[in-house]
Amino acid sequence: MSLIKAKGVQKTYQMGEVAVAALRDINLTIQPGSFVAIVGPSGSGKSTLLNLIGCLDKPTQGQLSVLDTDISTLNRHQLATFRGQHIGFVFQDFNLIPVLTVAENIEYPLVMVQDWSVADRQTRVAELLDAIGMADQAHKRPDQLSGGQKQRVAVARALATRPKLVLADEPTANLDHDTAYKVIGLMKKMRDELGTTFVFSTHDPKIVGEAEKVLEIEDGKIKPEAAQ
Amino acid sequence: MKILRLAFLNLTRYARRTLLTVGLIVLGVLAVLMFVSVSGSFKSMMIGQITDSMLGHLQVHRKGYVASIDNSPLNMNIKPQALAKIEATLEQIPQVQAVSYRLKFGAMLSNFEETTSIRLNGVDPQAELASMPGLVERIVVNGDQAKSTLLVDKGKILLPELLARGLKLKTGDTVVLVATNIDGSVNGQTFEVQGVLQAISGPGGRDGYMHLEDARALLRMANAEVNEIAIRLDHIDSLPSVRRQLDVAFGQMLNPQGQPVLEVHQWDDLSPFANIANMIDLLDLFIRLMLVGIVLIAIMNVMMMAVYERMREIGTMAALGTPPRRILGLFLTEGLLLGLLGSVIGVFLSLLLVFALSFWPIHFEFGRQSLVLVPSLHWTEMLWISLVVTAMAVMASLQPAWKASRLNPIQALRQV
Repeated sequence: MSLIKAKGVQKTYQMGEVAVAALRDINLTIQPGSFVAIVGPSGSGKSTLLNLIGCLDKPTQGQLSVLDTDISTLNRHQLATFRGQHIGFVFQDFNLIPVLTVAENIEYPLVMVQDWSVADRQTRVAELLDAIGMADQAHKRPDQLSGGQKQRVAVARALATRPKLVLADEPTANLDHDTAYKVIGLMKKMRDELGTTFVFSTHDPKIVGEAEKVLEIEDGKIKPEAAQ
Repeated sequence: MKILRLAFLNLTRYARRTLLTVGLIVLGVLAVLMFVSVSGSFKSMMIGQITDSMLGHLQVHRKGYVASIDNSPLNMNIKPQALAKIEATLEQIPQVQAVSYRLKFGAMLSNFEETTSIRLNGVDPQAELASMPGLVERIVVNGDQAKSTLLVDKGKILLPELLARGLKLKTGDTVVLVATNIDGSVNGQTFEVQGVLQAISGPGGRDGYMHLEDARALLRMANAEVNEIAIRLDHIDSLPSVRRQLDVAFGQMLNPQGQPVLEVHQWDDLSPFANIANMIDLLDLFIRLMLVGIVLIAIMNVMMMAVYERMREIGTMAALGTPPRRILGLFLTEGLLLGLLGSVIGVFLSLLLVFALSFWPIHFEFGRQSLVLVPSLHWTEMLWISLVVTAMAVMASLQPAWKASRLNPIQALRQV
């Protein structure tokens, strides 16, 4: 059973009277537990593909199923619920909530997206803080953390609800090399321990080397030799 | 966490803006509550003065008397037989605390050198004092406030301040009163000035007082007639229900033509101050509307700014799967907290100011009277203002909150 399956997916944006094709005839399959990198130049459609896989947007044409759900059949509210139940996100700029502490940021999806009990939340947050090695920084606010620490917290937040899939849009773009490797290492470790599928976009060729599967995208199309 | 905590933390993030918005609401609440308390105390003081020392809460007259009250007609008196029925009716109503039966008439007043016209109230002193407990405060004897609980003795007269001053009369002086009775014959008697009555606004505020028996003697009235019945109730709030009872009871007293003999008036039918009181209520309404406007604009402005500035954050929340209703709830809660904070601080400061004014009351002149206002605030007023401000704050947040909850996560995340 595949986790993500795209068949003839197209995404077109209407810019005034001109239709711009961001993705064309995307066909792909991603198995559960994969560690996948999407690479390609700026404007190639990486983020658009991630948005579609992440159920933030719907294809203009074709069929895209995530966890056996055809996302084009879901409305705005159902997409939000689906994301909250099954998908975690890591952003290039970390996007932590600045007024919340590290622990509260990790706890956020457990309270605001899902309704976990207080005891379960505390246990889960403690587990994740240990996993990312930041148990001693639980009460710090994002502005007291380094970039690498922030991204580790973001990874922990993405994993909080035990999603099947975590999507990361250029998660290492704002990090130095060493830190970037550490963050990718953390993601891989989480994949190994939890079996979560990670799909991330990147520019960095060295980081690409860490991926087990690479989807190279150019002009909105996945290059045939990279597609699997 | 709890939307409440997150909303509170978001407000502390922009502390200066939050303080400015809350400050604006506080000022609005303070202005409204102070206006309400000062105008309210002025209104209740004036109404108290009018009902407690002049008109009573209700008055009963022969039908048509009030229309020609300025002429003080004597041909519209209430006869003893009707009076007995009225007395019996009033005794049946428990809210009626006291009743004064008056004989109002016009006379000429002379100090032996000058003569002027005067309107007089012939009253039973005990009944008048029981019905008008504030009247005694207006009596000045030899330049001092009267300490006696007796209103006016037989053979004596209480003169209105303006006439006493104009005729240079003082306590103990003798005056002559000349009056024409219902048959047109003229009678004159001397009276001693017992005291001077300070003027107050409204009809009867410049009347003189004398004993009812003296009035009847001066008018050579054979029967125990009166032409005005002033009624004091246990509380002004009882007025509508007593009015209804009297209308029903007196509506059954008909003349041979089948028309009602009597008419009942409330104090506000008789005093022009009722119009001023209505004006104050209208001003009060406008000031409240201004407060609503201030709250709406201040909160809507700050919440729209918040949504605009936190676009990426909202996008992140939406991307993580936060249900739109929770995002809506978060921004509504922020508005609610702003309104709540503003109204609580505003009410607290108003209470402090009202407390301070109890030590330093407001003095001012109204007509010929010198008024001292001691504002007070009723808890219902504070609760009402707080509820309205908080509700308005939530309403003003509705549009920005709705916008935040409907944001497309991809577009929101693209915002810098």
